[in-house]
Amino acid sequence: MDSAAIVGVGMTAIEKNKIRDGFADMVWEAVNLALDDAGMTIDDIDNVVTTSNDFWDGRTISCMAVSDASGAREKNVSCVEGDGTFGAFYGLTRILSGSYGTTLVTAHSKGSESVSSLITNAAFDPIYQRAIGMDMVSACAMQANAYMHRSRTTPEQLARVSVKNHGNARHNPKAQLPMAITVEEVLASEMICDPLHKLDCSPVSDGCCAMIIAAKDRVGTAAKPPVWIKGAAFCADAFHLGDRDLSRAAALTRAAKKAFDMAGITDPATQVHVAELYDAFTYQELMWLEAMGLCADNQAGHLLEAGVFDIDGTLPVNASGGLLSGHPVIAAGLIRMAEVVRQLRGEAGGAQAKDPTVGVAQGVNGLCGQSHCVWVLSAES
Amino acid sequence: MGKQRVAIVGTGQTFHKSHRPDVNGQELINEAVGRALVDADLTIRDIDAIVIGNMDHFEGINYVDCWSVDGSGGFMKPVIKLTTGGTTGSTLAIGGYHMVASGLFDRVLVIGWEKNSESDTTGAITTAFDPVWDRLVFAGAISGLAAEAQAYMARYSATDRDGARVSVRDRKHACNNPYTQLRKEVTVDEVLASPMLADPIHLLDVCPRSDGACAVIMAGEHIAEKITATPDWIWATANRHTYTYLGDANFGRLDSLAAASREIYAKAGIREPAKEIGVIELYQPYSFAGIMWIEDLGLTGYGQGAEFVWSGATDMDGEIPINPSGGVIACNPIGATGLIRCAEAALQIMGKAEGHQVPDVDLALSTGFGGCFWSDILLHGRRKPDF
Amino acid sequence: MSDTEHVIIESGAARQPFNYAVGLHGSRFLQELRDHRRFMAVKCPRCAKVYIPPRRVCGACFVEMDEFVEVGPQGTIGTFTILRYAFIDPETGVQKPVPYGYGFIRLDGADTLFQHYIDIQDESRVKIGARVEPVFADERKGTVKDIRCFRIID
Repeated sequence: MDSAAIVGVGMTAIEKNKIRDGFADMVWEAVNLALDDAGMTIDDIDNVVTTSNDFWDGRTISCMAVSDASGAREKNVSCVEGDGTFGAFYGLTRILSGSYGTTLVTAHSKGSESVSSLITNAAFDPIYQRAIGMDMVSACAMQANAYMHRSRTTPEQLARVSVKNHGNARHNPKAQLPMAITVEEVLASEMICDPLHKLDCSPVSDGCCAMIIAAKDRVGTAAKPPVWIKGAAFCADAFHLGDRDLSRAAALTRAAKKAFDMAGITDPATQVHVAELYDAFTYQELMWLEAMGLCADNQAGHLLEAGVFDIDGTLPVNASGGLLSGHPVIAAGLIRMAEVVRQLRGEAGGAQAKDPTVGVAQGVNGLCGQSHCVWVLSAES
Repeated sequence: MGKQRVAIVGTGQTFHKSHRPDVNGQELINEAVGRALVDADLTIRDIDAIVIGNMDHFEGINYVDCWSVDGSGGFMKPVIKLTTGGTTGSTLAIGGYHMVASGLFDRVLVIGWEKNSESDTTGAITTAFDPVWDRLVFAGAISGLAAEAQAYMARYSATDRDGARVSVRDRKHACNNPYTQLRKEVTVDEVLASPMLADPIHLLDVCPRSDGACAVIMAGEHIAEKITATPDWIWATANRHTYTYLGDANFGRLDSLAAASREIYAKAGIREPAKEIGVIELYQPYSFAGIMWIEDLGLTGYGQGAEFVWSGATDMDGEIPINPSGGVIACNPIGATGLIRCAEAALQIMGKAEGHQVPDVDLALSTGFGGCFWSDILLHGRRKPDF
Repeated sequence: MSDTEHVIIESGAARQPFNYAVGLHGSRFLQELRDHRRFMAVKCPRCAKVYIPPRRVCGACFVEMDEFVEVGPQGTIGTFTILRYAFIDPETGVQKPVPYGYGFIRLDGADTLFQHYIDIQDESRVKIGARVEPVFADERKGTVKDIRCFRIID
């Protein structure tokens, strides 16, 4: 597939608490950065897709707050509720349908304004699970145990993901938690929910990302070389945690296979040069790598220790610092896509991988990776 | 792969009721999905992707797309959630259209649903509005609509009898639709004698709250005609979601509907909508909208909506019947409501509307209303569009 | 199965607390209201529309606004209703007292409408176009509740 491309990206700094900024302020900043990046004005934008979540934003119809700031006035506009990668997917279909030549996609969230555990508790079934007090951290801790048990991944290997990603974030001026830490420090950090230490978990964050997708016949007006969309797919697994093999991500495997098929990629582990994955927790980066076929089953921890996923490795993963270094929910996946775009353009500075031409980005919806969206992007058409 | 025309090939609805304690949300969704699959003679295996939506705070469930897979049939399929408040159902229909039109999917299942019985509807709607500026005085949808009606009446000297006439029409039409909730005829005097909720809106001027779900199956052009001999072709979609704060609205006019409809008419080459369109399923949550908004749709001039309605032009046997299904005044499961309008327009095109069928419909319009005076529109046709 | 009762699970008093960031424009408005009983709106540098409440972006022009202008305190009723039906106020969790006057007020000098309560002691005087003035709360805390209501003055 090479009928559409990403021609502009913009994101706010990811911060613990943007006390100055409402949702519209963040969106305005990211949208203008994306327009500047594309060398476009709002008049070049044919339609808008905003992405937000009513629970995280504390209001019904959360998209209403950002309608003016996203430039949606007098344009066709829609709103996806879920990760920003899903918003981008809908934005892509609105181009491929021939209805619009360009789509502006935004995704925002302010974790600082609410109590995260109450928001994610509301994602559990109200009849059977909510009263037990489940939240995202406790559910993912169970998944971490299931994955570690099956794959024989060690706590040290999990900790090493944290060391790598926080270290990578030192090259990313927009990251919230750039840190030089050791495996020992991760393992010595507070145990939040066994086996997840504090430094195995991503922080609560505020941030917004905007992206401009253009049809093939419109990429020529952009300021920078296009980053082509070669494949995109999403898939949902069962809802109840007990209905799934929690140690595996079957939906991610299916979505990744479809996206790679669309892109003509037969061996992702060698044909993908850079990856930005949804590392809300350390174990997830390793588990997602295996599920996507970016490495063999049960091998992610070993390859990590061998340096394969470092910035100077053969497959840099989360060179931006990943979600462990800043996790504005909803925006998170769209930021992964934007970071791949920066890599493929050679704009990643100290985090730049060596001459990547193919990159993959991933977004997640729901509990323990129930639903995934995978994007394969390329500098070459 | 590549862009393709899109048609609706099957629809399904629950029997909408004020309260469905016999089913949970997934089960309610599944009733509509099952009926849509039967209508199209497909199985869930044939479905490539699912577009689903509701308004989160009515049921208090986060990530509904994920939670609902047992009911929707989304297990190991692409599932995406769209939500835009009252316009959610029509937004979903527009979403399904683009998903199929993109060529990435050939058969997409679109689902809108709500169990309004599970929370206080007015309280939940109030949280749609800005917590700092709007929530102090705002009192759910009816308060904003009442302000709109007051402004219109002052500007065009309309009366509450005019509004009541619309309610009489829709409630009469509803008697012919077995799926809708309120099926009882009323008179103008009965509407005016019902309790005043928010001046000038009486109880019988407004929609009820409902539990219900609607599912629509959309297919690409090369498959649609194999699934059904009478596909409902989607000719065009348009929307406007303009205002950020309630106080920005041009009260008494629905500018968003005027702009979106003009975009639709331009795309389809429609010059005289009242003559060229055969039937309209208007997302009309209260009676006065049935006068004001048909003016914004260009069916008649500004200030002439009441006369148009009193003439009988919008009745079942009129020039352009509006809401043969009984419309929103007869049932309003909010996240489904806009999709029900779309499904009902499809039934009219496909000739499947049975007791509320308008004869020989070539073009139909379905709309969505919500948010902060927002509008969505779909244009449906019996003939495959040649553009 | 046929004699099974339908079980309803209640969520109880569960609620999710939020800290809403107002943004710089709104913060200025609320501080001026609290400290000086003034209504500060913002004017678009391109179309000159005066917005209340003030916000950062003119949606129609897609430009940032930073020129604050004082509007009101008097104004006219742009449109209104009188709320007569009971509902649970999500802000308090209890039933909101009814009836109350709900007004969209065009403060003198503003182009958009400001929502607030309207005093309905004499309902016959509540009309579109009626002149109103704010009644301020004795103790002002920097929220829209610093205005108790608007009352009819003509």
